[in-house]
Amino acid sequence: MAKRSLLSPLKSVRYLFKKPKTLRYPFELKEPAQRYRGFHLNDWEKCTGCGNCADICPNEAINMVEISELEPKLGEKNERPQLDYGRCCFCGLCVDICPPGSLRLSRDYFHIHFDTDTFVFIPKDEKTDKEKFLPPGKYSVLKASLSHRKEDYEGFASDLRYTLFEPERVQMPEVPPEERKLSFIEQVIGYNKEEAKREAARCLECKLCEEACPAHMKISEYIQAIYEDKPEESLKKIFEDNPIPSICGRICMRYCEDACSLRLRGEALAIRWLKRYVADTIKDYETALELSPAESTGKKIAVIGAGPSGLAVAYFLVLSGHKILVFDDLPGGGGMLRIGPPLYRLPIESIDKDVNYIASLGVEFKFSTNVGQDLLFEDLLRDYDALYLGIGTTVSRSTKVKNFEKCLLALDFLKDNKIGEKRKVGKEVIVIGGGNVAMDVARETLRLQNMQYPDEKVSTKTVSLEDWDIMPATEEEIEEAKVEGIQFNPGWGPKEVNLDEKGHVKGLLCMKVKSVFDDQGKFAPTFYEKEEMLLEGDMIIEAIGQAPDFSFISEKLFDKLEFTEMRKVKVDENGMTSIPGVFAGGDIVNTNLDAVTAIADAKIASEGINRYFIKGIKNP
Amino acid sequence: MSKNVNVGKGHSPRELELYFGPQHLGMVGNFSITLKVEGDRISEASANPGYLHRGFEKLMEYRTWIQNFPMVCRINVVEPDSMEMVYSMAVEKLAGIEVPERAHYVRSIYLELARVGSHLFGLWAYANMLGFDTVAQWAMYHRDLVLDLFEELTGGRVYHMYIWPGGVRRDFPEGFKDKVVTTLHSIGGCVPDYDATFFENRLFYERAKGIGKVTRGEAKEMGATGQILRATGMKYDIRKVEPYAAYDKVSWEVPTREDGDAYSRIWVIRDEMIESVHMIFKLLDAMPEGEVYNRIPNPFKWAIPPGEAYVRCESSRGELGLYMVSNGKDKPYRVHFRTPSYPHGLTVLEKALKNASIADVGNIMISLYVVAPEIDR
Repeated sequence: MAKRSLLSPLKSVRYLFKKPKTLRYPFELKEPAQRYRGFHLNDWEKCTGCGNCADICPNEAINMVEISELEPKLGEKNERPQLDYGRCCFCGLCVDICPPGSLRLSRDYFHIHFDTDTFVFIPKDEKTDKEKFLPPGKYSVLKASLSHRKEDYEGFASDLRYTLFEPERVQMPEVPPEERKLSFIEQVIGYNKEEAKREAARCLECKLCEEACPAHMKISEYIQAIYEDKPEESLKKIFEDNPIPSICGRICMRYCEDACSLRLRGEALAIRWLKRYVADTIKDYETALELSPAESTGKKIAVIGAGPSGLAVAYFLVLSGHKILVFDDLPGGGGMLRIGPPLYRLPIESIDKDVNYIASLGVEFKFSTNVGQDLLFEDLLRDYDALYLGIGTTVSRSTKVKNFEKCLLALDFLKDNKIGEKRKVGKEVIVIGGGNVAMDVARETLRLQNMQYPDEKVSTKTVSLEDWDIMPATEEEIEEAKVEGIQFNPGWGPKEVNLDEKGHVKGLLCMKVKSVFDDQGKFAPTFYEKEEMLLEGDMIIEAIGQAPDFSFISEKLFDKLEFTEMRKVKVDENGMTSIPGVFAGGDIVNTNLDAVTAIADAKIASEGINRYFIKGIKNP
Repeated sequence: MSKNVNVGKGHSPRELELYFGPQHLGMVGNFSITLKVEGDRISEASANPGYLHRGFEKLMEYRTWIQNFPMVCRINVVEPDSMEMVYSMAVEKLAGIEVPERAHYVRSIYLELARVGSHLFGLWAYANMLGFDTVAQWAMYHRDLVLDLFEELTGGRVYHMYIWPGGVRRDFPEGFKDKVVTTLHSIGGCVPDYDATFFENRLFYERAKGIGKVTRGEAKEMGATGQILRATGMKYDIRKVEPYAAYDKVSWEVPTREDGDAYSRIWVIRDEMIESVHMIFKLLDAMPEGEVYNRIPNPFKWAIPPGEAYVRCESSRGELGLYMVSNGKDKPYRVHFRTPSYPHGLTVLEKALKNASIADVGNIMISLYVVAPEIDR
C-alpha cells in the first residue's frame, strides 16, 4: 500500500503562483475544433430541397419549408430545411445524408435572444446570405447569434467516404466494345436479381425524380418493390403511368436520373435499368398485372400511329372501357422506336412484348395500314367518337447542299437495317449530324462495316455543326461511340458533296462553323466560308432531324389545325387540337421528342378524351 | 423528513426515516436514498431511482437503426462512448457488418480516452465531496483537456456520436496522434502532484479506509463489476474476458486492490487511468493504416434480419451489456441495457450503507461510482 503523509499535500501550494487555466470569456475565447458541430450552414444554390435531412433527423428538428421566392428548377423543389434548435441535438446525421453536400455545420454555437421563435431558423451560408455572416473585423462575440455570425467558419462537413448513402452505382454488365461492334448483339446485358436489389437499395426516396419525369412515374415506389424483391408489385406501379416498360427500360431519356440527388456527387440511381430489370424479369405481364378493361362504354376511338404515345393512349383508354383501333403504316408496333433505335439498343422482341400485352387487353391493331392511302382521315373522323394523332416525325430532313441527292437519309437507313434487309455500306462512311439519331446511324454503320468487310480497314466519321459542348446527343451515346472507334468532326458544316468522274461519292467538303445559334437562341448557323476541310468517304448519310408528315389530312381540315410558334400542333389542357374530337400527342406536340414525354402527352389526352365524353360534346 | 415513532411494530423508538437527495449537496445526479437511521448510524437504506427516467429503451423502439445512434450516448452523460460501442456492436452482430481493422484500433483508443475522461470526472466528484477542492479542480481541468481531444476528433465535447455501426464516423484528423500523446503526457506529468496531494494524503486514507466495504463474495453475489469487484482483488474485466475492438492486440494489466473499501476503489480508478494511458500509447504505435468505416446500408431502407444479440463491453463503471432483438423491421423490437450502475446504485449501495454513518453516505455512493441516468433508462 502506498505511503501516507500529512505533509506531502502541501506540495500543491506552489500552484498558487501559476497562471490560472480558466479562460476569461468574453475577453479570452476558445477556438472550436475544425470539426465542431455547431449551427447549420446551407448552400441554397446547391441544396435541391430533397428533404433527406428532414427524413433522417431523429428528433424531427428539421422541417422542409417552401420558399416562394425560389424558382423551382426541373428536378428540384423550392423547399429548404428549417431547423428547430429546441429539438436539434447536433448529431450531424443530416450532414452525412445530404446528397449535394450543401448542408454543413459551422463552428458557431452562440445564440442569445429573448424571443424563443428565433430558435426556429432557416440556415443559409455566407454565399447566399452576406448580411448575417461577417468578416473578423466586423464580428463581435458580444453580439453573436444566429443573425450575427462569423464568416468562413466551417465546421463538421460532409465527406463522401463517410456518407450514409452509396454514391457509386452497381455497374451494368455490358458486352465489351471490341465484341459488340462486330454484330447487333444487345449491348447492355441487364441486372440480375442480386444486382438489381443492390442498386435499388441506393434509392433515398426523395422523389425528385418523380417531379422530373414527364409522366410522373411512381419511381420510388417501384424501386422499393424491387428492393423488397416483389417485381410483380413493381410492374403494377410502373403500369400505372407507363405501359411500355420493356421499351422505356432500354431507351428512355432518363429525366429522372438527371434529377437524382445521388448524381450530384456520385452516380445517379440506375432507374432506367431497374425498370428494364422488372420488365425483363416478368415473362408474362398478364398474370402479373391482373388488369382488365372497365365495362364497355360503347365509344370507339381511332389512334393513328402505334408509337409510344399511340400505344400509351390505347392502353389508358382501353382500360376505361372504350373500343380502340390503332392504325400504323409499319408492320408492327413501336412506331419510330421500331425503326429508329438500333437492334443493339432496342431489340424487336422487347418492343413486341409491350405491344402484345396492350393488344391482349383488347386493343385492335391495324398494322401496315396507311391512313390517307388505305383509308381516309375524314372517314375515321366520321366513324369514331374521337381521334388521337400520335404520328410522330417520320420524314428525314436533308441538308440540301450540292449533290445532296447522292446521300442517304437516316430513317431509311435505320428502318431497313432494323426491319428490312441490312444495307450495304461503304468502307469510309460520313454521317452528317450530332444528335442521337446520328450516333445510332454511325454506330450501326460501324457494325455493318465490320460484318461486311471483315479484316479490312474501314472507318466511320461524323460531322456536326455543334461543337463538343453543345452536341445534342447524350453524353452516354457519344462516349460509347468514341470507344467503338467513331471519329468525330464537331464544329464543321457541310458545303457540298464531292463526286468522282463516275458520279460516285468521294467526299464531303466542309466549312468551319462560326456560330450555330443566333442571339435569340434560334437555329441560324454561320460559317467561315474560307476555312474548308475535305472529308473523304464513299458514302454519306444525313441524320440532321425529322419532320412530321401531315399529307393524310385534307387541305380543308389542315387549315383548321392550329400550330404553335415552334411549329408544333397546338393542343389545350385536355390534349385536344383545334379540331374538336381530335387529340394529339408525342413528337408532333412536344419539343422533347422522346418516348416518355409522348407517354405523358398520351396520359393527358386519355384523361381529356374521357372528360370529352362525359361532357357529351358531339362529334363534329 | 421524519416519520412518526412506531412503537410496537418492531421498530426501535429512536429510529428515524431520512430522505437523502435528490436535492442534496452530497448527491451526484438525480437520485435519492431513503435512510432509516438510529442516531447517525444507518440501519437500513433503500435506493430511490426514477427521477431521471427518460424511457430510452422504449424510445429506441420507435427510431430507425441509424436514428438510435445519436440517442444511446445520452444514457450515460459522463461516459457516452461505451454506450455507442455496445450499440454498434449489437447492430453489427445482428446485421453481420464487418468493421475495418483500423477502426478497431480507433475505437479502442477512443474508448480509453473516454475512460480517462470519465475517471477524471469521477475523481472530481469524489475529491470534491471529501473537500479536496484543489485536486477536484485539477481533475476537472484535465478532463477538459481530454474533451478537447474529443472535440478535435468528433466535433462534440460531451456527446461525441463517433462510434457507429460499421466503424467510426471519421478518421483521425491530421496531427491528432501527436496531440493525443502531448495531452496525455501533460496530464501524466501531474500524477506525482495528484499522488502527493490526494492519493498519498493521510486525510484521504483516514476518510476512505474501511468505508463502504464490500467483500468479494458479496460483490459477486450482487452482480457488481468494474472497480467494485476489482477492489476486492478479482481480475475481472470484459476487455480481458471477452476482448472486443483492439484490446487483444496489445498487452496490458488489470489493476486490482484487495480490501474492497472506498479507499481501494479510488486507487483502482487511479491505476486504471494510468494503465489506459499506457494502453493508448501502445495502440497508437500498433495502429494499422486503412479505412475506418464500412458503409452501412441505406438508412431509409435498412431492415435488420430477425434475431437477438447480447453484447457487452467494459465501461468505466463496469460491465455494460446490451440485449437487442430485431424482428426484421427497420427499428429494433426490443432494447435492454445492462448498465453497471444498476446493481451498484441499488443493491450494492443498500448493502454498503448498512451500519455506515450519515456523514459517509456521499463518500460511499460516489466511491461506488454510480451514475444515476444509467439506472433510469
